[in-house]
Amino acid sequence: MARVSPKSMIWLGLFALTWLLATFGQGWLEAAGMGWAMQYPDAWVIPLKDSISAAMIWLVEEASFGLFTFTEFTRGISWMIEQPYNLARALLAEGFVEGHGRRAVQLVPPFSWIAVMAGVVALGHYARDWLLAAIVGAAFLYLAVFGQWESAMVTLASVVIAVPIGVAGGLLLGITAYRHPSFERILKPILDLMQTIPIFAYLVPILFMFGFGPVSALVATVIYAMPPMVRITTMALHAVDPEIKDFGVMSGCTRRQMTWRVLVPSARASLVVGVNQVIMLSLNMVIIASMIGAGGLGFDVLSALRRLNIGGGFEAGIAIVILAVAIDRLSQAFAQRATTFTPPPKGDTWIKRHPRSVIVLAILLVSYGVGLILPAVQTYPDAATLTTGKFWDNGVKYLNINFYDQFEAVKLFFLQGFLLPVKRFFLGIPWVWAIAMVTAIGWTFGGWKLALMNLLMAGFIAATGMWEKAMITVYLCGTSVVIASVIGIPLGVLAAVNERAGRIIGVLIDTLQTLPSFVYLIPVVMLFRIGDFTAMVAIVLYAVVPAVRYAAHGVRSVSPELIEAGVVSGCTKRQLLSRIRLPLALPEILLGLNQTIMLALSMLVITALVGTRDLGQEVYIALTKADTGRGLVAGFAIAFIAIIADRIITASARSARVRYGLESANG
Amino acid sequence: MTHPAKLVCRNLWKLYGAIPSQMLDSQQFSPTDDELKKLGVIGAVKHADLEIEAGEIFVIMGLSGSGKSTLVRLLSGLIEPTMGEISIDGQDMLKMSERELIELRRHKMGMVFQHFALLPHLTVLQNVAFPLSIQGQRKSAAEARALEVIELVGLKGREGYFPRELSGGQQQRVGIARSLAVEPEIWFLDEPFSALDPLIRREMQDEFLRLQGMLKKTIVFITHDFDEAIRLADRIAIMKDGHIIQIATPEELVLNPADDYVQEFTRHVPRDKVLSVGAVMEAGADGGGEGIPASTKIYEVASQVVAAGKPLKVIDENGQAVGAIDAQRVIDVLVGNGA
Repeated sequence: MARVSPKSMIWLGLFALTWLLATFGQGWLEAAGMGWAMQYPDAWVIPLKDSISAAMIWLVEEASFGLFTFTEFTRGISWMIEQPYNLARALLAEGFVEGHGRRAVQLVPPFSWIAVMAGVVALGHYARDWLLAAIVGAAFLYLAVFGQWESAMVTLASVVIAVPIGVAGGLLLGITAYRHPSFERILKPILDLMQTIPIFAYLVPILFMFGFGPVSALVATVIYAMPPMVRITTMALHAVDPEIKDFGVMSGCTRRQMTWRVLVPSARASLVVGVNQVIMLSLNMVIIASMIGAGGLGFDVLSALRRLNIGGGFEAGIAIVILAVAIDRLSQAFAQRATTFTPPPKGDTWIKRHPRSVIVLAILLVSYGVGLILPAVQTYPDAATLTTGKFWDNGVKYLNINFYDQFEAVKLFFLQGFLLPVKRFFLGIPWVWAIAMVTAIGWTFGGWKLALMNLLMAGFIAATGMWEKAMITVYLCGTSVVIASVIGIPLGVLAAVNERAGRIIGVLIDTLQTLPSFVYLIPVVMLFRIGDFTAMVAIVLYAVVPAVRYAAHGVRSVSPELIEAGVVSGCTKRQLLSRIRLPLALPEILLGLNQTIMLALSMLVITALVGTRDLGQEVYIALTKADTGRGLVAGFAIAFIAIIADRIITASARSARVRYGLESANG
Repeated sequence: MTHPAKLVCRNLWKLYGAIPSQMLDSQQFSPTDDELKKLGVIGAVKHADLEIEAGEIFVIMGLSGSGKSTLVRLLSGLIEPTMGEISIDGQDMLKMSERELIELRRHKMGMVFQHFALLPHLTVLQNVAFPLSIQGQRKSAAEARALEVIELVGLKGREGYFPRELSGGQQQRVGIARSLAVEPEIWFLDEPFSALDPLIRREMQDEFLRLQGMLKKTIVFITHDFDEAIRLADRIAIMKDGHIIQIATPEELVLNPADDYVQEFTRHVPRDKVLSVGAVMEAGADGGGEGIPASTKIYEVASQVVAAGKPLKVIDENGQAVGAIDAQRVIDVLVGNGA
């Protein structure tokens, strides 16, 4: 018999009590006339969402800054973003057009597909070598051949506009935060919140302010993609060698010179990593934002999903992946290029120094000219496009006809054996008890501050009438996180202890991470149709990455001396793993768990597309109805769940680190 | 010591931690180490008094944690002192405005760093021209001047290299060239050769002496290497636990160490290279020969004196005989029991 400490006895007892309450509580409480403890009474709900909606309407219709109204202000911003966006879109996708609708006449065509291809190939070669050029070229060729060109160019136009705004804004905010610690203190919690509130929640107010269309999508994209740039900027500036800062002062730099001529260039290598992050997040968000009128590939996937057009959705989905991979590889190559300094090219004339630009420019002009006579040069001919839609449709049909029973069996097994009992458990816990438990957990791990925070946040969820949906959210995320951990942590450990497995798993994980969250839904919906199980599989796929990554990192970073000590003490491989590596990697693994939860929560709104009934659905409905209050309240509820989980896990990871002496108790 | 003082500090303190304000306000601010310890305050530099003269090489020597880096950062204005005065050419540096400080650094000060602190994104030429272009000089003028100093430090032909393409010694040459580009009057060198391997270090020390021979700057040189200090210094300040223990010429240090700590450093010094004939001779005695100048170091004349077999005449800078030196005195120095 393992001895159980009194503390764990208490927790075990509390858990048993919770289970009993969840199972029989309803009957008991109703018998005792305390039904209010089971289901949060409607009469007690604070109509927060209505107040927010009303405030929003006031803002849009009446608010004024004196000289101009709020609406004029947002329209102004809208106009400023729209100009470059329209230009990019015209150049890449639509050409310059006069007139509207059917009478529109194309004055100047967009860049021909050949010219765009030449451009990206040249970029690939400039950034690294011919191999990268070939990869990027092949990716864009795929887009043309499979008939995704125009949508892809619309998406690319959004990225091309959103990324510079996101980078510049992030850089400026980051620099300001670096210079003024008080500003950083204000900014930090806002950034934390922005990363935990699901993007959809702030899509709604943005939609309200900027109207349905690409500008809203761009604004949302920038807001979503900027926080990592801010963080990386501040971090990179802090990390600049103090001697270099001293040198800047000793040269007599003014503050401005210090920032732009010493600090920012010295931090360039880290800053470019931030740019890569902005690009990837923008791409992900541009796809999601197609729901509010950005068009492009995301819109194609969305409409295909809605029509259950598997083949079409899959093709557009693959196109997203390919575009994402191409852009990611390109920007990573640029990031590495920034750390190695190549001398500027030598040559007497501009033409000699910029051979690539000259060639691309020449191809651009020639393809314009030839395109007037030969349309195939201008636009990839429809007749030559391939489609694999039929193939996927048939494949899915084949799988569904021949393996229907097997798929159903798997689905039923999980639903009945795992999902439904957990769901019943969470929905059965009386809300009063649940809040008490969350508070108690907070108190154990983080003292009264964490307890109070948990109490307030859980209270907010109950008081705004979101309790039941929140519990479905917790159940869906919880089960997904458990499964993601069960799959991900062993994979991570394997990757760390076995080099070859590590390499294969590394590639797999990199690929999963490049994919926009949207894409995960497509194959799962094809096989399992809509419902909670589908949602869970999609969430697991998306959220498994950090579980693997952190576990691998944790196990790898156990000090080699300790491993040697274990070997010398005569540990078998298994004992090395169970006695030394895993316990020491525990704090890292917990952090990975934390990230897994965050990703799972951020995936919720996307899974709402397949008919879940959780907070994500609430946000999604608010989005379609443009109901600001409803969307924000549900968004906050999700954010609060995320924050509660985050704080509890961070606190426990910290206490584990303190226990192993990896961190001091008061540090 | 007739030179004017270029850089002066008086009762200079740098403390870390919460210091009671009434203590700072008191006229005679001079807490003892024990008092500081009781307050939980860490004293990086305590009660530093220095007068650095124009054109001398002033070396601040101390082991790590002795406060030498803090002291040079105070003198160069990179950090502000808790207490005390610093003046440069008679001007109170602590009363200068931000603008005046920037002007001071742009034109009067240059600094060389331990880890070179080169900007990784600029070429050698651009790095050296950087302080000039910060002042707003035209690119062509700045680069012409940069080329001059690059040639001075022996890096001609490598203007287009990036710092990472150079060896450590070459990188520090760039650092030196950069600090000299603005023709500073005061030159701070913060352990400039510590990150280099011993052979290169020696070569760079020779290079440094060669440059100073031409330029005659006022130099504040930081090092933890006593041999380096002896080799380069006109005067040395030895620091320990934030205090300056002794300020003296290398010869005086060897002859009259202030305490056991200083003596411990001087024990392994090659005395014949430090001590001069004047310090070893028998004052007032008569000797033969042409006359050896009193400032000559022993090692330069050792074989001559021993070979002579009789006392040789020692003369001062005016050619007057001041004493005599014989083989026994030279041998005493060489075997370590002299003077």
